[in-house]
Amino acid sequence: MKKVIEGSHAVAEAVRLCAPKVIAAYPITPQTHIVERLSKMVADGQLDSEFLCVESEHSAMSACIGAQATGVRTYTATASQGLMLMHEMLHVASGMRLPIVINVANRSVSSPLSIWNDWLDAMAVRNSGWVQLFVESSQEALDTTIQAYKIAETIHLPVMVCIDGFYLSHTYEPVDIPDTVAGYLGDYKPKVVLDPKNPITQGMMAGPKAFQEFKEQQHRALLSAKDVIKNENREFNKKFGRIYGDGLVETYNMESADYAIISMGSVCGTIKHILDEKKISDIGLIRIKTYRPFPNKEIIDLTKNLKALGVLEKDISFGIGGALWADVKTFVDKPVSNFIGGLGGRDIQIEDIVKIFGTIRKEEENIHWVGSQLKK
Amino acid sequence: MDKKFNEGAWAEPGTSVKNKTGSWRTFKPIVTDRCVGCGTCTKFCPEGAIKIVEKNGKKKAEINYDYCKGCLICLKECPFKAIEKEVEK
Amino acid sequence: MKKLLSFGTRSCAGCPASLAVRRILEAVGDNVIIVNGTSCLEVTTTQYPLSSWNVPYIHTAFECTGAVASGVESALKKMGKDTHVVAIAGDGGTFDIGLQSLSGMIDRGHNVLYICYDNECYANTGLQRSSATPYGAATTTSPPGKFSIGNKTFKKPIVQMLAAQKVPYVATASLAYPDDLERKVKKALTIKGPKFIHILAPCPISWRFDSSETIHVARLAVETGMWILCEIENGKIKINVTPSERKPVKDYLSLQGRFKHLKDEDIKKIQEKVDDDWKAYKKY
Repeated sequence: MKKVIEGSHAVAEAVRLCAPKVIAAYPITPQTHIVERLSKMVADGQLDSEFLCVESEHSAMSACIGAQATGVRTYTATASQGLMLMHEMLHVASGMRLPIVINVANRSVSSPLSIWNDWLDAMAVRNSGWVQLFVESSQEALDTTIQAYKIAETIHLPVMVCIDGFYLSHTYEPVDIPDTVAGYLGDYKPKVVLDPKNPITQGMMAGPKAFQEFKEQQHRALLSAKDVIKNENREFNKKFGRIYGDGLVETYNMESADYAIISMGSVCGTIKHILDEKKISDIGLIRIKTYRPFPNKEIIDLTKNLKALGVLEKDISFGIGGALWADVKTFVDKPVSNFIGGLGGRDIQIEDIVKIFGTIRKEEENIHWVGSQLKK
Repeated sequence: MDKKFNEGAWAEPGTSVKNKTGSWRTFKPIVTDRCVGCGTCTKFCPEGAIKIVEKNGKKKAEINYDYCKGCLICLKECPFKAIEKEVEK
Repeated sequence: MKKLLSFGTRSCAGCPASLAVRRILEAVGDNVIIVNGTSCLEVTTTQYPLSSWNVPYIHTAFECTGAVASGVESALKKMGKDTHVVAIAGDGGTFDIGLQSLSGMIDRGHNVLYICYDNECYANTGLQRSSATPYGAATTTSPPGKFSIGNKTFKKPIVQMLAAQKVPYVATASLAYPDDLERKVKKALTIKGPKFIHILAPCPISWRFDSSETIHVARLAVETGMWILCEIENGKIKINVTPSERKPVKDYLSLQGRFKHLKDEDIKKIQEKVDDDWKAYKKY
């Protein structure tokens, strides 16, 4: 059924369809509309879940871990400071191989305090062993959240679906809500659970003789997510008629491109619009949907005949440059300029992107702060 | 999957019995004939290594030396002073 | 019968935590899920690949025992399973870093028995001061010196705090009174909602006494009135053991290396605090 709804509500609809038995969440802007809607669904009997109003994001993830380890599907959502507070438990969840699903309504991280969008939150936790997916539209947010459960439960790792705060979370768009996900997402069937009939021990300590192997296993599992994500992208298309690139990356206007701009999330919609509007043919867009695991092969293949690239991102890895740029540079041996912009909710305007295109064509490699008001 | 490394690091129950902690002892508690099998020591043994057994119709505490760490709480708490110690050889 | 906490734990000789768990599990039985905060108990019973637990057990981190237990209990509820949830954490994990999570668990009314085994310091990391450390005690972060008596504060009144939050059942227990301890655990499990039991856990290493003295020290804590055995049910307090003549606190303090630097006037201050506490308890 098609409805014009907020991105947050699109996500809530996806969660309702996947029916996690335990939802634990703490309110934080701009995530609030997701969990408000979910608690109303529970109150109205549309969703058969325990909704825990926990007292912090740390406890939100902790409660999800406890519930998931007991044997039920769980859900939480957060942003910004909340994700920072939860950070410790993100590592616990992935280390314990629990397929928890979270939505992050991406928001900057204090200080200075900012409630507005960028990716500083998600980027700060990129080493926590979670699958990290970035979406462009509300429809994709809904579809990806459903896929997230399937991916997580296949590879036994938690999945984070990132939606740009406000740009997606608070924007109304037409969204097609499936009637059911039955036939796509089956019942949750965990391998090991807390059960007096088979009293296993979970969340152990491991000494130097064992610890490293568990981390190697986790890394392998996260790499294996690439095929799983691609497959779910196709399977989802078969059932629901919507597909997003190959699940890892989506390309746009690349047919005759000499250059590419690489980015993620909702700003890609703006880039596509400009490419169309200005009938640009020498530049294409590579939208990274799956940030972790990183689609290195795809990036190498897509850029091998290009002259130069630009990476536009709403984050900074202090002391090196953009996190995404650094990742791309690891695999691409040609000029890659880095454009850091949109921090703390600053709009990335059409003129900004036109300027970025001009810089990419210069085939240089510098770090540019989009619209910087500081003296050089 | 490598069986040695359970995905997510979970373990089968009760497997620590492999740790024979009796080797830690410096003193060894010895149950003497004064023991009447009252069971006080069983409630105070941190290892759960003492049980009351019946031999020739007489109840008596029996210490599992595979696991007794030699803390000597039993010796200290025995209401009948029925437990003595010797230096572990 | 199978031991619910099996042999071969890596705890020190005379460990009060192992002993507390044996008594707890004796009372609880095997239809339980244990949620454990990071602590000596965790590291001595769950070293991969060997576990000492014969009941289902989960540990995640230090400060979230109450939250993890909340999640476990909520999942059981949705699964329609009637299994006890018993959370066990140390004093650091309860009084300090885990207080918020415990308070949240209580606030939401989860059907969980939360047990704090209190060795009055961060024993797992080598004896640092917690807010459960008693006045005057030497720890590695509250050492006595020219300008310090040792720990400068009295123990945080956790029992009163939780009673004020209207926890339906709050009790203290002692390893020296195992029948009382087991009775309280059994009783707690008959009450719906959050329950809290606070067990004093004299630690030979941290408190510096001989490993054979664990029970003796625990008993003296009660006999000197430094540890008040009580139950608070729906706000009503019942003192379980009232020593006919309280022994002087010196008897308790002098057994332990952590207090050996105290002067007579310091001990007097502690004695006065204990006397005041008893007056307050009797009024309450």
